[in-house]
Amino acid sequence: METVKSIGIDAGSTTLKIVGVNEEGKILFTIVEDADPKVEEQTESILNKLKESYDIESSKIVATGYGSNLIKADKKITEITCHAKGIYEYFKSGGTAVDIGGQDNKVILISKGGKVIDFIMNDKCASGTGRFLENTAWRLKIPTEKMAELALNSDGEVKISSTCAVFAESEVISNLSRGEKLEHVIKGLHRAMVKRITSMIYAIGLNPPLMLSGGVAKNKAVVKMLEEELGEKPLIPENPQIMGAFGAALLGLSK
Amino acid sequence: MGLKENIKYLFSYKLIGESLIKLNTKKSYKNFKPPKNWRTDILAPPLKTGVFTKEIITRHYLEGRYVNGVKPVAWVTSGAPIEILKALGFYILYPENHGALCGARKVALEISEEAEKRGYSIDICSYARTDIGSTLSKKTPVGRLPKPDLLLCCTNICQTVLYWYRVLAEYYKVPLIVIDTPFVYDEAREHDIEYVKKQLEASIEVSERVAGKSLSFSKLKEVVRLSKMAAELWLEIMNANKNKPAPISVFDQFIHMAPIVEKRGDPETVDFYSKMLDEINDRIKNGIGAVKNERKRVLWDNLPIWYKLKFLSEFLAENGVSVVASTYTNAWGELAPMMDIERPIESMARTYIYPILNRGTGHKLKTMETMVKEFELDGAILHSDRSCKPYSVGQMDQRIKLLNELGVAALLLEADHSDPRAFADEQVISRLKAFVEMMD
Repeated sequence: METVKSIGIDAGSTTLKIVGVNEEGKILFTIVEDADPKVEEQTESILNKLKESYDIESSKIVATGYGSNLIKADKKITEITCHAKGIYEYFKSGGTAVDIGGQDNKVILISKGGKVIDFIMNDKCASGTGRFLENTAWRLKIPTEKMAELALNSDGEVKISSTCAVFAESEVISNLSRGEKLEHVIKGLHRAMVKRITSMIYAIGLNPPLMLSGGVAKNKAVVKMLEEELGEKPLIPENPQIMGAFGAALLGLSK
Repeated sequence: MGLKENIKYLFSYKLIGESLIKLNTKKSYKNFKPPKNWRTDILAPPLKTGVFTKEIITRHYLEGRYVNGVKPVAWVTSGAPIEILKALGFYILYPENHGALCGARKVALEISEEAEKRGYSIDICSYARTDIGSTLSKKTPVGRLPKPDLLLCCTNICQTVLYWYRVLAEYYKVPLIVIDTPFVYDEAREHDIEYVKKQLEASIEVSERVAGKSLSFSKLKEVVRLSKMAAELWLEIMNANKNKPAPISVFDQFIHMAPIVEKRGDPETVDFYSKMLDEINDRIKNGIGAVKNERKRVLWDNLPIWYKLKFLSEFLAENGVSVVASTYTNAWGELAPMMDIERPIESMARTYIYPILNRGTGHKLKTMETMVKEFELDGAILHSDRSCKPYSVGQMDQRIKLLNELGVAALLLEADHSDPRAFADEQVISRLKAFVEMMD
């Protein structure tokens, strides 16, 4: 049975991410689940199950994310520091880290040495986050995963001017009822979201490389449009959703 | 001025109320101890002289209950040139201070909803909403506010006050004096100062008519002298925080600034700040810091978040962060040197044209940069106040400049000074925690 030195738990607003690492910081397991309202019980049952395959008796536990208050952990560290750590160690580079999550977007400037120089998060408004697309996908009864595909294959684009996720939904519906093509509208929706993210990036300045994380980084249309808007090809980890939890686990290794 | 009102004032306020309050202060001062829920593990005890802050403000609002018919009453904006009114014996009420008090007592929302349900937009300044809501519903945590006989509105803090005071003038049917202060981009031009001076002079006649007496220039000079002295002491109190550890935090200043705003020009205000300065100097001598484990020193920009003072103060203190300087509390001290006892009206014109909110955003940046250097700061918290646009405009650039040019961590925190609907605990805490981690 392999010994897990440290476990990072990122209890986000939408999903729960758990990563275990060994002494060298190598990832031993990753778990991503939709977040339950009772995230502490959910975490406990996951950890109990893990005991069957790993030795986690002496593992350090570091929690981050909005749900972290309820989780029993040795340390609680903010998502900013955890994401910065995860991204920095994954790419071995400073630069601009952009995390697009379920309700939170973060842009973090990381120094060459891995230190957080500056950060910005969306305030008071969740447009530009995963929810922005999810809302409309749900309203249109299209699986979220299919949204990117529709946008990528679209030969046109309708301008969605609302920056509000709630109003954008009604704008989408009214565009469709005017006879606009579904894929054109969806591409426009992606554009509106990407513009929100780019304006956040510009608010603290883009310092290449651009490194993406968060569930939305799996959306290929968002990635392509970010590149179009910023003129910078983003680097994307193999599993972008777990960067916060990975960073948390790594922070558990440091003394 | 009525006989009945005078008797009631003398009996209820002077004879009973004031004596009881003073007795209570004496007792609290003698047996001073921090409140039960005070976090003595992370914070120094509150200032002992703070019992006088409470006394001054309690007496002020208690007097307000009985003052109509006894003294002329003026409602004024926070940066208004009140010295003429003081010299004429006006009782002066600051609706913004009342709004802050409602915020700190956590009743601002309920009161501003009274204005909202009568059609005032949620996008209007929460002080204005609280005041208009209180005027229309008579709700207030201080018992009763006196009706104004005169309104004095000075545009040196914002433009909202113009519309707000017109509402009050229409409601109370009393004269409204507007002192229009041209915006200062760099330095005020002589004709700008002349323009403000002329308005001040013109305001004397209306104020005299309402007061029913003539202005005595020697009295005015005396008020200006006391105003200047109190402001200088306040400045000295704030500058004491250049010491390490800082003897009082900005959260303390937010509370103890009430007299410099509300009771400027009174002799007791000078005595009060002089006593407070002594206590602060004692703290410096004994190496007592407001935050017990002061690891990091930061500044606060913009108005306080009144309903979260304790929450923010304790969170930061737990992390060894002391908020030692603020552009806001500084505003009531920085202009003191401009007051000239020998030329009261002209120096008032100069003083009241120069508040930080009537100057360009570059000036505020310079003020913050000077604070970073002089107070040896590690970071800056810029409260982006939904209600106060003139204070918040420019903060995005100011934040970046503080970070890039001075290398201090800087955080923009979105909230509102008294509307709690604009504050999300979890979001604020996650940003503040990251800000602290960034300074480490």
